[in-house]
Amino acid sequence: MFTIVSPAPRGDDLEYTTTRHHPSVKDEIDMDIEEQGGEFGEGPSRLASPGETITSAQAFMRGHGTYVENEDLVSALTGTIERVNKLVSVRALKSRYNPEVGDLVVGRITEVGPRRWKVDANARQDAVLMLSSINLPGGVQRRKLESDELQMRNFFEEGDLLVAEVQAFFADGAMSLHTRSLKYGKLRNGHLVMVPPALVRRLKSHFYALPCGVDLILGLNGYIWVSKHVKQSEQEGEEGFDAEAVYSNKNDDIDVATRTAIARVSNIIRALARHSTPLTDVLLVEAYDWAIDQDISVKDLSAEETSEAMVAAITFRA
Amino acid sequence: MNRPELLSSYNYRSDGRRPTEMRSLSLLLSQHPQADGSATVTHGLTEVMVTVFGPRESKNKAGLAHDRAVLSVTLDVPVFSGVPGGRRGRSDKRNMEFTSNIKNTFEPVIQTHLHPRSQIDINIQILQADGSLLQAAVNATTLALIDAGVPMSDYVCATTCALHDSTPLLDLNSLEENDLPNLTVAVLPRSNKVTLVTLETQLAVERFEEMLKMAVEAGKLVHREMLRAVQNRSEKLMRAIESVGGGVGGRPDHRQGEERDVEMYAGNDL
Repeated sequence: MFTIVSPAPRGDDLEYTTTRHHPSVKDEIDMDIEEQGGEFGEGPSRLASPGETITSAQAFMRGHGTYVENEDLVSALTGTIERVNKLVSVRALKSRYNPEVGDLVVGRITEVGPRRWKVDANARQDAVLMLSSINLPGGVQRRKLESDELQMRNFFEEGDLLVAEVQAFFADGAMSLHTRSLKYGKLRNGHLVMVPPALVRRLKSHFYALPCGVDLILGLNGYIWVSKHVKQSEQEGEEGFDAEAVYSNKNDDIDVATRTAIARVSNIIRALARHSTPLTDVLLVEAYDWAIDQDISVKDLSAEETSEAMVAAITFRA
Repeated sequence: MNRPELLSSYNYRSDGRRPTEMRSLSLLLSQHPQADGSATVTHGLTEVMVTVFGPRESKNKAGLAHDRAVLSVTLDVPVFSGVPGGRRGRSDKRNMEFTSNIKNTFEPVIQTHLHPRSQIDINIQILQADGSLLQAAVNATTLALIDAGVPMSDYVCATTCALHDSTPLLDLNSLEENDLPNLTVAVLPRSNKVTLVTLETQLAVERFEEMLKMAVEAGKLVHREMLRAVQNRSEKLMRAIESVGGGVGGRPDHRQGEERDVEMYAGNDL
């Protein structure tokens, strides 16, 4: 006999908390807050505003979104106050994309330069994609040659869309991208939707295949790629990485049903973004089913009343 | 001359206000879907919308600074706005003065050193003009920058003050602005510093201090309203983000996790 043990839901996780701590650290923090007489970090006072004194700079360390003035720790942003031990920072509720190493981003080439591309990724500066951080045609192991430098526009041209990972940062804070994986590379057969970056959170996977025959890439920079579904086997041919397919600029044939589905998903994403609803695949599938159930045409999805009704329906269920 | 009476003998202004009474103020945030931050500020019949883009990659490589973000301010004065003087081009002297006023006001307040090699674009649109344009533009720019998540050391709150005989008047409409010596003051409420004072007419020195003090006080009042508007918008945003609950991906992950656990236990025992 064996019993099936399902993990008990942990109370803390049901509520969204932006930082999670190991229980022992948590106890310490709770104690700290008590010591501080609950100065901050409690319920509704979690929001700070520019020029607002958060706490004393002597007892705490200055993190992002704060500055020190006359021994006071002052907020420089409007957002939630976060604390890790002695480090206090303020995270803006809405801002441009704040890159971190390992993030998945969708971007657009803005410039072709010497051995590098500039990529607009909704960040504070354009990202850099080095020629040496892409997969060159002819095998993953191939090294870059001088001839590659002369034909960079065969790989990526201005205006091309791509999905990449943040590899590192330069000294001035610009990010360096790489596409050295078969999952990454040039995008085609789809549609770009831009939403505020705060609505896309870090997930286990940012690639989704929705049941309606649409693939979804949720870039952490708020750029979302909605495209025709590609079968797994076609996607990853072993070694089968031929330049034709990977750097091709031609779309496949997309039938009307798929086009409709892509447009519908895009409109749903836009409608959710207008109501500042964070995006998940579950939510999108629910919204899609709701739209089909209610028999709402693709273009009506962008109407204000419809999107309101949709947001109300799905966030209530979720 | 049949000039309107700016302050009646009963101490009422031409639009029925008391000397230190401000016009109705409305502050709307995040209205523009494309901009990183936006705000529409209405002081009575003056309405100004400001959109902020950035910090973002600078289009103009020559103007780029290696150690800080640069501000670029543009002003749109549509014909319907009712700004006197007819159509204005981008290179109009009055426009340039206005934009450089805004730029100089905000440059020391925005923490530009945090975003090197980038540019912050501020676009000001006058939707309706009835005096105190600079005041409305400064207030709207503050809110739009806050909305865009641009780090600033403080709010910037602007007010106008004029002198009628010996009575200071607050928040001027266009009638008063055209006829009376007036100044626009922008204050940082936290430090009580003044980042902008403009005075285009002559004024008795002994009156100036009184007017400045009054404008600074009024600025703090505006600050209180701004705080309320920002708080309101932030709470709304937070509610919307939390409405999904469990954090993004919380639910599906959880479900998948359960299934995987079941398989694992079964596999172990068989």
